[in-house]
Amino acid sequence: MLNKTYTSSLEALHDVKDGAVIMFGGFGLAGIPQNLIRALYEKGTKDITVISNNPGSRLGDNEYGLAILFKAGRVKKYIGSYPTATKSFKELYDAGKVGLELVPQGTLAERIRARGAGIGGFYVKTGAGTLLAKDKESRDIKGEQYILEQPLGADFAFVKAYKGDFYGNLVYRYTGANFNPLMAMAAAVTIAEVEELVEPGMLDPNTIHTPGIFVKRILKGERYDRWYE
Amino acid sequence: MIAGMNEKEMAQRAAAEIRDGDCVNLGIGMPTMVLDFIPSGKTVFFHTENGLLGMGGFAQKGETHPDLVDAGKQPITCIKGASFFPSDISFAMMRGGHIDLAIMGAYQVSEKGDLANWTAPGMLPSIGGAMDIVAGIKNIIVMMSHTTRDGRPKIVRELTYPATGYGCVSMIITNLCVMDVTDKGLLLKELANGVSARDVLSATESSLIIPDTLS
Repeated sequence: MLNKTYTSSLEALHDVKDGAVIMFGGFGLAGIPQNLIRALYEKGTKDITVISNNPGSRLGDNEYGLAILFKAGRVKKYIGSYPTATKSFKELYDAGKVGLELVPQGTLAERIRARGAGIGGFYVKTGAGTLLAKDKESRDIKGEQYILEQPLGADFAFVKAYKGDFYGNLVYRYTGANFNPLMAMAAAVTIAEVEELVEPGMLDPNTIHTPGIFVKRILKGERYDRWYE
Repeated sequence: MIAGMNEKEMAQRAAAEIRDGDCVNLGIGMPTMVLDFIPSGKTVFFHTENGLLGMGGFAQKGETHPDLVDAGKQPITCIKGASFFPSDISFAMMRGGHIDLAIMGAYQVSEKGDLANWTAPGMLPSIGGAMDIVAGIKNIIVMMSHTTRDGRPKIVRELTYPATGYGCVSMIITNLCVMDVTDKGLLLKELANGVSARDVLSATESSLIIPDTLS
């Protein structure tokens, strides 16, 4: 019987190798795969390329989420829209210790969606004529300038949902969806962590956000931190 | 140094541009203060790029949820009739021209309505959703201090900082005044209390169209 469940985050990461390109869902700390991030840190994987909206998040004097991977020097390159979200990224970047590909947020979402949907690229107005259009093909469409953007995929996508079932069907909550459903479609292997893992049939098929076809592995997250009072 | 409007008064002025039924994107920082100035008779859907149409106010202690935040990563609430969606749908709303209005901050605005608000020389750049917003939303209001902290004009002939978008700004609200970006140039529309057209001119690099009523 098909069962995609794993019993721990670390076990679900068994074949993640040094140098892997990994997408991480989440915006700020909302919808981040916090257990998979901690497990990847414990595993010691290095030379990672991180694709995520922000490289962790800062609250007061502390940094959370992906910041632990950056601080530990595990990340070779960051692809995302908001690198100034953490001081740790700035320090690494200023020291020349991490690469950066800056992508406008909507373009990031659409590039990931394009990879997942089998689309070879698309023209978009965002960034046309700016520094971020450098080296990109541009064309005039009905009197407006557009630039060509490429699809963006990864070896792994780590995503987080509120609920999921053994087949990998996922349901998100509040603003926790963000990049998760897009990244789930765009990687060779998608690993989902959920707060509640249920048997098939327990989720209403009308309300599934990510159909299980996109998810290879699923587990119940070991621990969910709350960052706000 | 002339003070003019404080941040709350600027937010209140920006809020007056919002019509009943509008869908409005608020930038992080000062523009979020606009939330506090919507008259009770108006239904307004505030959009946040991370996937919510119908943002309420900031969440109080005890009502926060780790998965419910705004674009500035602050815990928030949502109104009755709100909807949640993933990032591709959220940016389709903006890029596709479905959002009526965006209110955002800026480092510089040119007299042609070009906008710079994502990076400056020597700065680690961050872009977030700013370029997508100006590419798709037709009505962009910039809300900012009239000059930099050291007194240099932020309203300029040509941008000296890298552009976020070109010809995208429709209105500028500063502590000193309100301006419309028109085909003929920047039109001075209103002056803050205690501020003269001369004060605005001396704090602005670009030329201004000043109506007789304000000169």
